Amino acid sequence: MDVFGLTLPSYSWETVAGSMISGVFLGALYALVALGLTIVYGVLHIINFAHGALLMIFMYAVYFLWSAVGLDPYVSLIILIPGGFLAGYALQRGVIGRFSHGRDEITLLVTLGIAIIIENGALFAFSATERQVVVPYDFDGIDLGVTYAVWPEIAALAGSLVVTVAVWLFMTRTDTGRAIQAVAKERRGAELMGIDVDHIYGISFGIGAACVAAAACLLAPTYAVHPQFGYLFVLIAFTVVVLGGMGSFAGALVGGFIIGITEQIGRLYLGESLGLITISATFILILLLRPTGLFGQRQ
Amino acid sequence: MTQSLVKTTRRQLLAGAAATSGVLAAPGILRAQGAPVKLGVVHPVTGFLQFSGSQCRFGAETAIAEINAAGGIKSLGGAQIEAVLGDAQSKPEIGAAEVERFQDEGVHAIVGAFASGICLATTQAAAKHGIPHVVDVGVNDKIVTRGLENTFRFGPGFGVITKAGVQGLIDLNAAADNPVKTCVIVHENTTPFGSFMAGLMKEGLEPAGFEVLEILPHPTPNKDFRNIALKIKELNPDVVIPSHYYNEGVLFLRTLQRQRVSPKVIYSVLGGASSQYRFLGEFPEAAQGVFDCNHWIDPKNEAAQALRAKTEAAGKSFSYEVFLAYTATMFAADAIERAGSPDRAKITEAMAASTWDGHFMPYGPTAMDDGQNTGSQPLVTQIQGEEIEVVAPADFATKPAKFPFA
Repeated sequence: MDVFGLTLPSYSWETVAGSMISGVFLGALYALVALGLTIVYGVLHIINFAHGALLMIFMYAVYFLWSAVGLDPYVSLIILIPGGFLAGYALQRGVIGRFSHGRDEITLLVTLGIAIIIENGALFAFSATERQVVVPYDFDGIDLGVTYAVWPEIAALAGSLVVTVAVWLFMTRTDTGRAIQAVAKERRGAELMGIDVDHIYGISFGIGAACVAAAACLLAPTYAVHPQFGYLFVLIAFTVVVLGGMGSFAGALVGGFIIGITEQIGRLYLGESLGLITISATFILILLLRPTGLFGQRQ
Repeated sequence: MTQSLVKTTRRQLLAGAAATSGVLAAPGILRAQGAPVKLGVVHPVTGFLQFSGSQCRFGAETAIAEINAAGGIKSLGGAQIEAVLGDAQSKPEIGAAEVERFQDEGVHAIVGAFASGICLATTQAAAKHGIPHVVDVGVNDKIVTRGLENTFRFGPGFGVITKAGVQGLIDLNAAADNPVKTCVIVHENTTPFGSFMAGLMKEGLEPAGFEVLEILPHPTPNKDFRNIALKIKELNPDVVIPSHYYNEGVLFLRTLQRQRVSPKVIYSVLGGASSQYRFLGEFPEAAQGVFDCNHWIDPKNEAAQALRAKTEAAGKSFSYEVFLAYTATMFAADAIERAGSPDRAKITEAMAASTWDGHFMPYGPTAMDDGQNTGSQPLVTQIQGEEIEVVAPADFATKPAKFPFA
């Protein structure tokens, strides 16, 4: 098959369809990780460099709940989501908000500092050894004909949809959600209306952390955790956030799927290494056509 | 008082003088015993190779602890070995920078640095300062073919391993009446080892009548192998030959299992996970029947089993990184012992002339040729039940091979 002078390998439709479906599953994971990132950006207007480190540390929590208490990663959601929220809230109110003095550039550096501390702390405490949660249904699932979808993949896909809808409902149907939107749009105005902005910042960061905690539970059955694990997903999650439109939940979800499918098809035809350039190519193309991202709003 | 002086005999006086001189000389001896031999131990203990690097560090530190507990370097009056630890951060340039630091700290020899790319850099940097460097794992043959007099590799390089891997597959196939003919090679291509390996495998297998349907490279780290599994499903080869690091090895073999891709034979060459007890413990189903041509101990050697017990007691997995770094460190210590001096040039000479045979690897007595231990060889293992069995060569085999497995 020749495309723009490039001779590409040809595959059966089953392989191509299987690759696209695997892209949907991979995209769901990207969307999950990106969701927390986009919430924090949408409200706090900061790029949270500690996002990957939080993902990693929550995965350790899932691992230890599984290895010490025998808790299934999906049952851990009950503990990890509120735990992640509280940790995020405390981090924002106790560290980020306190040390940043309201300046975006300092906030950025504080999150970077938190990431370094968490990563090195994990390396010191848990060593570099990868730790894998092993679930009894790891190889079970549904035969889709062209590919086999195992339960951990199906759960991650369902989880990303449920979490996105839940966050969207919270943001649009609750007073706190509307207060978060108000702070995101006009901080001073919200303050004058009696909204406790610092509290809202804490809640926003808490929701972002809760999302990443949910992502950790859904990733744990497939991936082994180690202190550098966060980088595996978070760099692409940044791309997903910008592509979907910064601060947009629907953008994170759709962006995740676009990147996931593009990546898999690119890797199928261009090879596992070269195929990754399709992520950057898609990213540049969409930003050329829509500089604010797919669902982003003009400032 | 006078009486006592008169009673002192000449023999007693000589004995007293000898004792006094012994006491006076003691600080000198104590000083000699107290001067440790500094051994630079550099590995990638952070970054994407951190698991393997940490395993190597554990192996080296265990060897150093054992040597010191057994009385240190006896030819240097029982000098203890002091480990000067370095972290290459999974990057060759950082590995080279760590060697520069070792130079500043006055190390006498270096052991390291796991990955081929890092070893190429660290040996080069060590050569600049004339520091003898024992490569523990790095399988790229360029490491020992650049004419660096300071560089020694105790284990085999990928030329020898691939040749043994190809021959092992041909022999197993012939013994089973040639049930397999087509193959797909899957290898990592971020570091030099995977790409060279794939090329050598293809060159070795095609003349033997195997048809290499496709070579599928992938980066390290790699978070998804579904595309590769789909390609393998479409190509439907008899044998899949994977070659990568641990994490990717586990994910690849699990993905094959998840996607119901079951070739007749999975025959790894330096498979990363394919001969790891940890993988077997965590995913026994996906591990069953997997072959690996890789570094392995002489399974009948008691010292090897003792190291395995010690490693597992420390909560670590007994992997090739551990026993290769352990053996490389023991080789370095033996050379220092033979040199009888902490002088780098003398240690280098002792390494080049070493005939050390006090190890548990299936290599025989050491014989270095241009820095490469010529007797070193890999073994072919297969995961059978709850154990990793050696299936070839026959001299070291613990169980017959199940070929084909699926």
